[in-house]
Amino acid sequence: MDAINQVPVIGLVLQFFEYLITALPFLAHVAVQLAVPICLAALCGVMCERSGVVNIGLEGIMLTCAFTGWFAGAVFTGLLGPGTPTRIFGLTTPLLLALGAAILAGMLVSLLHAWLSISVRADQIISGAIINIAAIGLTGYLNTLLSAQTLAATSNFSALVIPSAVAGLPLIGWLINALFGQGPIGIATIVIVIVFQILLFRSRWGLRTRSVGEHPRAAETVGINVIRLRYRNVVMSGALAALGGAYLSMEATNAFQAGMTQGRGFIGLAAMIVGRWTPVGAFGAALLFASSQAISQSINVSPPPGQLGSLLTHVPAQFFDALPYLITIVVLAGLVGRSVAPAADGRPYERESAS
Amino acid sequence: MSRPEEGRSQAASIVVRVWSLIAIPLLAVFMALVVGAVVIVLSSTLVLKNPFDPMLPITAYAALAQGGLGSYDAFISTLVLTTPLLLAGLGVGIGFKAGLFNIGAQGQFLMGAVGSVAVAVTFAHAPAVIAITASLLGGMIAGALWGFVPGLLKATSGAHEVVTTIMMNYIALALLAWIVIGPLRQAGSVSPSTPDVGAAALPILLDRSGHIGIFIAFAAVPIAWFLLYRTTRGFEIRAVGANPDAARYAGVKPRRLIVLTMSIAGSLAGLAGACTILGVTHQMNTTFSTTVGFDSITVALLGRSNPIGIMLAALLFGAMRAGAGPMQINAGVPVELVDFIQALILLFLIANVVLRRLLRLRGVSGAEQTGFDTITRSYGRETTV
Repeated sequence: MDAINQVPVIGLVLQFFEYLITALPFLAHVAVQLAVPICLAALCGVMCERSGVVNIGLEGIMLTCAFTGWFAGAVFTGLLGPGTPTRIFGLTTPLLLALGAAILAGMLVSLLHAWLSISVRADQIISGAIINIAAIGLTGYLNTLLSAQTLAATSNFSALVIPSAVAGLPLIGWLINALFGQGPIGIATIVIVIVFQILLFRSRWGLRTRSVGEHPRAAETVGINVIRLRYRNVVMSGALAALGGAYLSMEATNAFQAGMTQGRGFIGLAAMIVGRWTPVGAFGAALLFASSQAISQSINVSPPPGQLGSLLTHVPAQFFDALPYLITIVVLAGLVGRSVAPAADGRPYERESAS
Repeated sequence: MSRPEEGRSQAASIVVRVWSLIAIPLLAVFMALVVGAVVIVLSSTLVLKNPFDPMLPITAYAALAQGGLGSYDAFISTLVLTTPLLLAGLGVGIGFKAGLFNIGAQGQFLMGAVGSVAVAVTFAHAPAVIAITASLLGGMIAGALWGFVPGLLKATSGAHEVVTTIMMNYIALALLAWIVIGPLRQAGSVSPSTPDVGAAALPILLDRSGHIGIFIAFAAVPIAWFLLYRTTRGFEIRAVGANPDAARYAGVKPRRLIVLTMSIAGSLAGLAGACTILGVTHQMNTTFSTTVGFDSITVALLGRSNPIGIMLAALLFGAMRAGAGPMQINAGVPVELVDFIQALILLFLIANVVLRRLLRLRGVSGAEQTGFDTITRSYGRETTV
């Protein structure tokens, strides 16, 4: 083995894989954590765009809900007292109410997007941009106002602790720990991905959604209410992005910072594209993008020994930051596989008039 | 010999035409300020538990106007903040004319900043004229490259420019952070930053901060107007934006034009970034960031993609950005209100159909004339290219 590792390029690649395997338990766990908000944003995008509504406002919805979740948590804690967290997940009454508030906020913002893009038939990109700018403005504004106030401290959801006997199992222990050693939103994400994938491709709702996204006129002729279906999908999708935002301020941390989404909504958009507008694909792409970050973190914390280590520590962390976007551009350019949007994506639907 | 009544009716028709163009933008700004006022009052009463104060929005807006236009100093700082918005807004506007939604002004701006600072550091000891020209060009070329790539991708593979430019924005952000921490980091600096731009610093002509970039930006307005309305290329750009199929029949090559338009847009946003680095900050650190990306989209839409309209819109936003700080200090209303007002302006602009119906406005042209109802046309599979 050592002999092979000395071969110039192949040796380094082998060493890199060895490093990845030894770091796998850490990498996988961190990658799933980082992937959760990206994946939820991407799922929101999938649900919108599959029914023909482009949504670049994912970032704004997440930011709004991260703020709402945190703020509602503080308000409810002030009103009801902190409550005793349950042993698993650390659930408390104020926390659950706040999560409900965040989801409601996400659905309301999505309702605005739905109204603008479906009823007003305004440009959907501009509508998304409005949501993003308004979210930055309004959350920043309120956050600045609130910084002068003393709010009740909020708790956050806690991760499920996988017993070390299970986590230490050979071969699958790390996988169980990575997937299920997460908080309630993290675990829910994995469930949502599977359920959403089945519904989208195996249920009546899924068939209708896809047909409305591909050919709304044909869908209308067989009796599907295009407008109502698009409304329902866009509003429901808001709940998904809301979970992504709530994850940031209620599960990963217990506080809100201005602009804390840091482009995760846009990476979610990228994950949706690379995942070819399917839930499982979006999850995979989110994991891929998150791994890029996780590897960067891992190299930072414990770099591999020897030549490889000195090489990797010289790769700037920004390269790993940019990697998801580079991958997306390559995929979009059609260099590696081709990813095509639903045919009616971004087009407002107008009923044919009777005359 | 023209009769006086004829002259009067001509003047009247011009007034009607101008009104029909500016009515919706003016209304949108007005409505946004009204809703902003409601937010100020509500947030003060509900969040800060202050007594109900209906005069607070007036105090805030007065401070905003005072900070943006109240004195010579304030006006110059408005002009300084207008400069990048005007340049980048022109770029986005030219894109709209060609039916392209360039959401990448942010990345092009940042790359323009990176390009200009890189050249400036190289030319630190050259004569000022050479250093300045080279640095501005460096910024324009870097910005143009960031527009060229999405343009090329759209022309060759039909990848929608909205998505690719968003990705390019984040790549630019990563590149900027790396440049400042890595190759261009000034030795011995405590927090990472590039060296001063030295000889390439733009000369200050007005007051304490009015750099020469202001004049470059305002000179770009007639140039952009001439390009769009008096040259063949400009006619082709507008033709492709209005109807790509008809333009192709008329012998225009849409693919080449898309690449060209995106590159022009990128170079203008890049120039905006260069002016900010060379004229205002004089160096770059890792927190170098901007709101020019989204602002310039709003500016271009509010100005209806017309260079003169864009100039007026950029001045409005420049004044709001300049007045935001004084507003927070004097009225206790956070600066982020400006972002929210901006979102509201956009909202009322694109919901203008609703606005017109509510206010029963007639003879006022809405979104159709700006061509932004065509923007997402090519998003799905049936690409027009």
